[in-house]
This record gives sequence, C-alpha cells and structure tokens, in this order.
Amino acid sequence: MSYISSPQDQVKALHDRLLWMVVVLCGAVALLVVRLWGLQVWHGDYYHQLSEQNRLRRVPIQAPRGLVYDRAGRLLVTNVPSLNLYVVEEDMTDSAATIAEISRTLDWPEEEVRGRLNNRRRSAFVPVLIKQGLSLSEAARLEAHRLNLSGLKIEVEARRRYLYGTMASHLLGYVGEVTAEQIENAKGETASPGTIIGQSGLEASYDHWLRGRDGLKRVEVDALGHERRVVDAMEPVRGDDLYLSIDMELQRVAEEALGERAGSVVAVDPNTGDVLAMVSHPAADPNLLSGSMSAAEWNALVNNAAHPLTNRAIQGVYPPGSVFKIPVAAAELESGQFHPEDHLYCQGGLQFGRRFFHDWKAGGHGSMDLVNAIAQSCDVYFYRVGSAIGVDTIAKYATEFGLGQPSGIALASERRGVVPSTDWKAKAMNEPWYPGETLSVAIGQGYVGVTPLQLADLIAVVASGGARYQPHLVKAMRDRDSGRLTTFPPTRLADAAVGAKTFQVLRRALTAVVQDEHGTGGHARSQLVSIGGKTGTAQVVGSPSGSSQVKAPEGYEDHAWFVAFAPVEAPTIAIAVLVEHGGHGGAAAAPIAKQMIERYLQLSLPEPSPTPPGEVTQQSRPAPRSTRG
Amino acid sequence: MSDVATVRTMSDRRVPTNFDWRLVGVTSAILLIGLVSLYSVAGGGSTPIYLRQFYWMLLGWTAFGLMTVVDYRILARYAYLGYGVVMLLLIVVLAAGRSSQGAQRWLSVGGLSVQPSEMAKLAVLFVLASYFAERKIVGGYRIVQLTVPLLLVLAPLALVMKQPDLGTALTLLFLFIAMVAVVGIRSRTLVVGALLFFMLFPFLWQGVWHSLKDYQRARLVTFLDPSADPLGKSYHLMQSKIAIGSGGWFGKGFQEGTQSQLKFLPEAHTDFVFSVLAEEWGFIGVVVVIGLFLAILLLGMDAAIRARDMLGSLLAVGVVAMIGFNLVINVAMTSGLLPVVGIPLPLMSYGGTAMITTMAGLGVVMNVRMRRLLLFH
Repeated sequence: MSYISSPQDQVKALHDRLLWMVVVLCGAVALLVVRLWGLQVWHGDYYHQLSEQNRLRRVPIQAPRGLVYDRAGRLLVTNVPSLNLYVVEEDMTDSAATIAEISRTLDWPEEEVRGRLNNRRRSAFVPVLIKQGLSLSEAARLEAHRLNLSGLKIEVEARRRYLYGTMASHLLGYVGEVTAEQIENAKGETASPGTIIGQSGLEASYDHWLRGRDGLKRVEVDALGHERRVVDAMEPVRGDDLYLSIDMELQRVAEEALGERAGSVVAVDPNTGDVLAMVSHPAADPNLLSGSMSAAEWNALVNNAAHPLTNRAIQGVYPPGSVFKIPVAAAELESGQFHPEDHLYCQGGLQFGRRFFHDWKAGGHGSMDLVNAIAQSCDVYFYRVGSAIGVDTIAKYATEFGLGQPSGIALASERRGVVPSTDWKAKAMNEPWYPGETLSVAIGQGYVGVTPLQLADLIAVVASGGARYQPHLVKAMRDRDSGRLTTFPPTRLADAAVGAKTFQVLRRALTAVVQDEHGTGGHARSQLVSIGGKTGTAQVVGSPSGSSQVKAPEGYEDHAWFVAFAPVEAPTIAIAVLVEHGGHGGAAAAPIAKQMIERYLQLSLPEPSPTPPGEVTQQSRPAPRSTRG
Repeated sequence: MSDVATVRTMSDRRVPTNFDWRLVGVTSAILLIGLVSLYSVAGGGSTPIYLRQFYWMLLGWTAFGLMTVVDYRILARYAYLGYGVVMLLLIVVLAAGRSSQGAQRWLSVGGLSVQPSEMAKLAVLFVLASYFAERKIVGGYRIVQLTVPLLLVLAPLALVMKQPDLGTALTLLFLFIAMVAVVGIRSRTLVVGALLFFMLFPFLWQGVWHSLKDYQRARLVTFLDPSADPLGKSYHLMQSKIAIGSGGWFGKGFQEGTQSQLKFLPEAHTDFVFSVLAEEWGFIGVVVVIGLFLAILLLGMDAAIRARDMLGSLLAVGVVAMIGFNLVINVAMTSGLLPVVGIPLPLMSYGGTAMITTMAGLGVVMNVRMRRLLLFH
C-alpha cells in the first residue's frame, strides 16, 4: 500500500484502525453483558437455588422422647441434657488435624474416630455423631479448638437416661441412631439419618409413640460451617409417655433375689395378663448401650458367652423339666383314661424297651395318686401316664396352656419354643416318633422347649382356672400435647379347653407341692400367704442322664425352675423363675418366687398401688372364674 | 497537526476549558460504587479496607492531577528514564520483595507496600508510545522493525513472570498488541507473525507452563475440566458464578449478598469484587457499571481519535487497552468464561498501586483530550 503516502491518507488510515478498535471494544463488552445476562437472568433461578443451598442448612431438632413410668407412676426412663460431639465432614478443612485432635481429647485411637465417621457415611453435610455425653473438660477443650478446626459441632441434646440401670433393661430396651438398613426397610414411618430411635425392647416396640416428631430448623451458615442465625424453625413434638404394667418394686425384689446368677423371672397378673416383672440376667446397662459405645465395647458385649443382650424371658428356650407335668396332668385327666385317685406304683424307675428310665428318687416313691405324684414330682407316675395317653394328647393340652406358640407380647424376636408331637417330628426331623421319647416328654425333657414367659403364662392359666390373657406390658399412654391418657384394656384370649374340675385338682396338687411335708417346693412355703407352685429341674443337654448324685461339672448343672401362684384362694400373681445351672428347682428357684409373692401382696394389701389417673386398678377386677372347656 | 503547533499548545489558554468533567464524573461514579462494594464485604481490620481504599483513591486523584497538568509530550521525554527505574525496581523486588500467596510482588517503602509490576504498565505505555511515535514508518511495520519494541516489552514481562504475576504479564503483552494495531503493520507481517507464533507456540507454552506456580496450573486445569475436583480447585470459580448468577435481575441488596457476606466467595475484596457487585445489585447494577466503564473507554478512544499527534493517540489507546483488557478479563474470569488468572477489576478491586496506576492512566487520557486539536471540532 505504498500509494498511501500523503499525511491526510495516513491520518485517515489511523482513524480507520482506531474505529475498528472501538468496534472490537464494544463487541467484547457486549459479549460480557450477554454472558452476565445468561448467568443472572437466564439461569438466575438455578444459581439462586445453589446459593441458598450454600447458605441454608436444614438441621433436625431432636424431639424429646416420651417418658416411661411403671404401674405405680414411678419414673423409669427420662431424658437428660448431654453434650454431644458432631462432625460435619463437608466443613472439615483439615480432616487429619481435626481427627487427631478429637482422638487426643477423647483418648480414643484415631481409627475409632475415623470408623465412626465412615460407618454412617451419607451426605457429607449431615453431622455425624462422634460421641455422646462429653465431659465438661472434653467439651471445653474441643470448643477451644472449634475456631481453627472447622467442622466440629458440640450440641446440647437430650440423652436417654434409664434411672434403674440394668434393672428391667431387656424389657425397656435402648435407643440409638437409626441405621442405614433401618432407613431402607422403614415402612411408612420414616426417620431421617441421625434420628435416635428405639433399637430394642419397648423402646423399639413403641417407638412410634415414644419418638415424637422431630422438628426442623433452617440455619444460615458461613463458608466454615459456623451457624450464623436460625432462619426459621418447626418445633419438635414431644413423644408420648408410657405407663407400664411393671411394678418396679417387685422387679427390684426379683432382680436382687436372682442376683448374679444367670436366669429369668417373669411375674404376671393372672386376671389381666399384666406383666408385673420381667427379669433377665445377665444384663447390660442401657445407658451405655444408648450412648456412643466404641466398636470394641460393642463387640465385647455381642460376643460375651453369657449373652447379656438376650432377653431370656422371651428368647431363652429351655426344657421345662417337671413343670411340664402340669399340662401332662391336665392331659391325663382330660383324656378320661385316669382318675385323680388312681394309684400308680413307683419303684425308682421304669424299664421301657431296652432302656431303663430312672426316677429322680433312687428308691422310688411307692404308690402315688396324682396329687402326690405332682407334690413329690414322681417321674415314674408320669412315665406311665405319658406312655398311656401318648405324645399327641400331651401336645394338645400343652398347646392349650400357650406352650409352643409366641405369647404375642409386644417385644421383638420372641421365640415360640417346642411342643413335640408326631406331626412336629415328621415335619421338623422327617422321622417317626419313637414311643420311648414320650416318656422323656412326659417329664418335660427331650424335645420340649419353653420360654420363662410361657411358663408364667401357663401357671397364670392354672391360677385363673382357664382364663387366658395375652401378656401385656403397657397399661396406658399419655399424649403429650393433649395430656389425654389412653388405657389399654386386657386382651382376653380363648379360654384353655380344660375342665374346671381338672383345674381344681391341679391347684390342689400345686398347693401340696409347697405345703405338703414331702412336697418338693417347701422352700416357697410362706407364713403370710398360701402359695401354690411346681418345681422343675431341667437337665442340660449333654449332661449325664438321670438323677446322678455326683455333682455335675460347671455349665452342665441342671436348670432350676419354679412356677408359683398366690394367694391360692384368689390368685393375683403368677410367677415363673428360672435359674440357669441353678441345680434343684426347689432349692434355687422357689425362694425367689416366695420373696416376690410376699413383697407383692404386701404392696397391694394395705392400699391399691397408685396408678395413673383414669385407670382401673387391677385389684378391683372380679375374682378369677373357672370356666369349662 | 504538525510539529509547529507543539510548542504553542503548551501554553494554550484553551487547555483548562478543555478539561473533560464527564471523564471525572464517570470515574468518580465507578470509584464510589467500588467503595460501596468494599464496604459491603470487608469491614474488618484496624483500618477497614474500604477506608484504606479511600485513601488510595485520594492518592489516585493526585496522580491523575499530576498526569493531567504536565503536557504529555514533556512526560514522554522521561519515558526511558522511567522505564529504566521500573526495570531496576522489578529486579529489586525479585531480590528483596515481600512474598504473599506464593508470589513475590511487593516492595515495602516506608511502611507502604508498592507493586513495581503495576508501575511497569505505565512505564511500558510511555516507552512504547514514545518509540512508535518517533518512527515515521509509512505503510505499516515489518517484523524486523518490531524487534526493538518487542524487546522493550519482553524485558519487563520476563521479570514480571518471574514473580510470578501472570495477569500483569498478559496486560503488558496486550498493551504491545494494541499499540501495534494503532501504528499498523503490513498484512504480510501479520501472516508471518501469526505463523511464527503458532510454530513457536509449543515452546512458548512450555516456557509459560513451567514458569507457573502450582496453584496457577491447578486453576488452568480446573477451568478446562471443572468436574475434576468440584470441592477443591474449581471452588472459587463455582462460588463466583453462584454469586453472580444468584443476583438475578435486581440483586439481593446492599450487604445482603449471602455468597460474599458468608465468605463463600473467595477474595471478595480483590479479584472477585465484581461478583460482590453482581450478587448485591443484580444484572441492572452490572449493566450500569459496565456502561460506566464503556463510557470511560469510549472517552479514551475519542481522545485517541482527536489527539493532535501520534504520541497522544498511542498513549490514549494504551490506557484504553490496559483498562479495557483488565475489565474484560476480570469479568470473564469471575463469570467463568476464562480461567482464574488473578487480574483485578480496575478502579474497584482493592489495591493501592493498581489504583494509582489506573488513575494516572486516566490522567494521561485527560491530558491527551485537553491538548487535542480543536481546529475543526
């Protein structure tokens, strides 16, 4: 372009270039405006939503769980404030340092802290509970680090407190954070992660009442996760209170009487089905179970050979031993083949086929009628009766007493036990029934398996003369909002199909067990009240058969049973006591029942025990009626 | 428009009457809005940031005044001297400068921190303008003729890269390109230059890539693949986009910007002050501010077009290029169009030296406007 040489042309060219630059400049600025329009106007809602997600965090407000009282209005379970440590993973800027500080403060290994963080991995925004119930010094130390270690949160929250410690712990259960599977399997009622729900016992069974409804607050947080202010909140609704059928004073007597021994005690009111006491030993403290146990502590509990987490009252299945003679005797009389006055001879054993079945008394009992056979727990009498009426007749009447089926009590994982019959054996083992096995069944050995609750029910049916009630634990529920009390009346089941006369004979025989000079239950004899009962000494599978005089080795000692009811004239309490490896039922188990009965009648005699208002006290119920089957 | 007029205008009585209040007004408006945004996000410190920025503004207006009063042709005589001094400072800062966030950019002078790299912009502006204005090349520059000015840019640029200060280095490079665009080059030179650039690009890229600090590389990687690490490196970028986008049409209101107030937005008072503005004042506020900037830039281009000589045009275009480049890159960066390179928004981001440099630049524009030819306008 050498022809452009004049100054005017040069200036013109310069101006052209400058104008082009203006165009480019305006173009660039227009591009920016278009971009900003795209972000702010076109996608404005989307980014607004993102900024809200940044700043607002939805924090559940734990609803205080309902309280639990016993039948006398004693507070059993309550809530206390607790300092809880949470970590919000998303907010941890230096997770290694944070975890190290937590581990130093709590004196836990770092893996433990990490484990808790990872175990319940879900949205990184949800605070993960690391430890419940921090001590004040731990809280102070962590609080001091909260500014440089982001992601830590210390919250004051309600913690479940079980005022009686291990007492009735299996029954009450414990609470814990909802697990991933529980959220997945939840039907209808949903729990958001982090919610505390009942994990066992009544806490689990009545969780829908006890839990209440968690509230929700929306808080504004800054980039470090620190809460700035609460934007809005939906207040939680407190859970409903439960009034149990349990009498905690009776429970305490039973717990103390059983002491360190493994076993179970169940007491029911035969006229209502109210469970008055339910003990299972050994037990674990629900205060610890509901707290934040370390994995090691938890594993130690689960793998403990004594199974402290098992509720023996409903989950322990044992041979009933001689207690089973009660339904066998009922079957005997109902079968029509025997009269109570029929005498059978006992010479210390019975040869049946190629096997000799011992009586527990080596010399034999001599000539026995039914009342004496029960009172002295003669085995040979029942060998003869059993082989005469057959296993299926026994099974029929055992079932009438509620054995071999779940009681329907409102606790999870109840076991049904076993009432053997020819059908049962064909189905379960695909084998025919051998007549010799009937002899073992007749004295409550062999395949027979029962839970302590089932035996308590059995003796309650005898006490009430055939009326059967579903055992229940919760008498009333109080709605926290309205204060309204809802009571739950007893649930009467179909009466046992056993004649009134039979029950009269049985009660007479059971009274003789305790009162009779030769009765096996003399240890339960009371100066205050007439008690009827039955001892049981159940051989542990694998121990030498028969009534060996030699003391069995540890762990193979017989289980000691005692079932009882009182007062004999108008029973208000029925009890089953099991002492694992306790030896003879009369010696080991009967005194426990006696103590409980005396205490219970003491409690209820002077004045009806205070019950929640609007409640019909159990004392005012009509006396048990005998019914025909 | 000849050398004869030169001497006369220096004492031209019309000069004060040519003082352009529009430029002062628009600049003041932008400064005020910047101050409001800083007040909104940054109150902290013994001396609040907005107050410190206000003091820097006063210094900035002083620089503006100085650059206006003395004729730019006289200023240009000291271009090489100033250039030499700045080069010296750039070497000193590398040797004895104060580091912050991995970059060695600051020199402490009597309690004040100054950034020689910011001064380098002014020095290069004057030295390039003087150089090109003295050459009377007709029909566009050839490659060989561009060697000297290129070296004049590359010398400080290399020192600035060493700090490293990628933003200033890019600004210097763009300044050079804008100047060359004013003086014009031959079309063949353009083609050859482009070819050379593309052939050398891999080597240049290697050089640039290796001179970058880790955090700068991470920003580039993040920009190219934002999903690579959503909570890590791209965090800044995403938070800035959220801040801008959530402003909507009218914004969340003064001090109501949650992104900036709750510290989700990083560097809210420096590189990302535009996001604060966009969040609190919305699209409307953003358009107003960009409109004000455009007004400044167009006044600058107008000054360049009406300048009485090549030197004036070059100086005005240089200032427009500096401010315009920083504006476009900063907004593009905060809105996610470009990787985060650390270029502040002129007149609004907190920063003393940048404030003085920009104000001085605007002073130069005013200078050129005041001494324009009024013969046929």
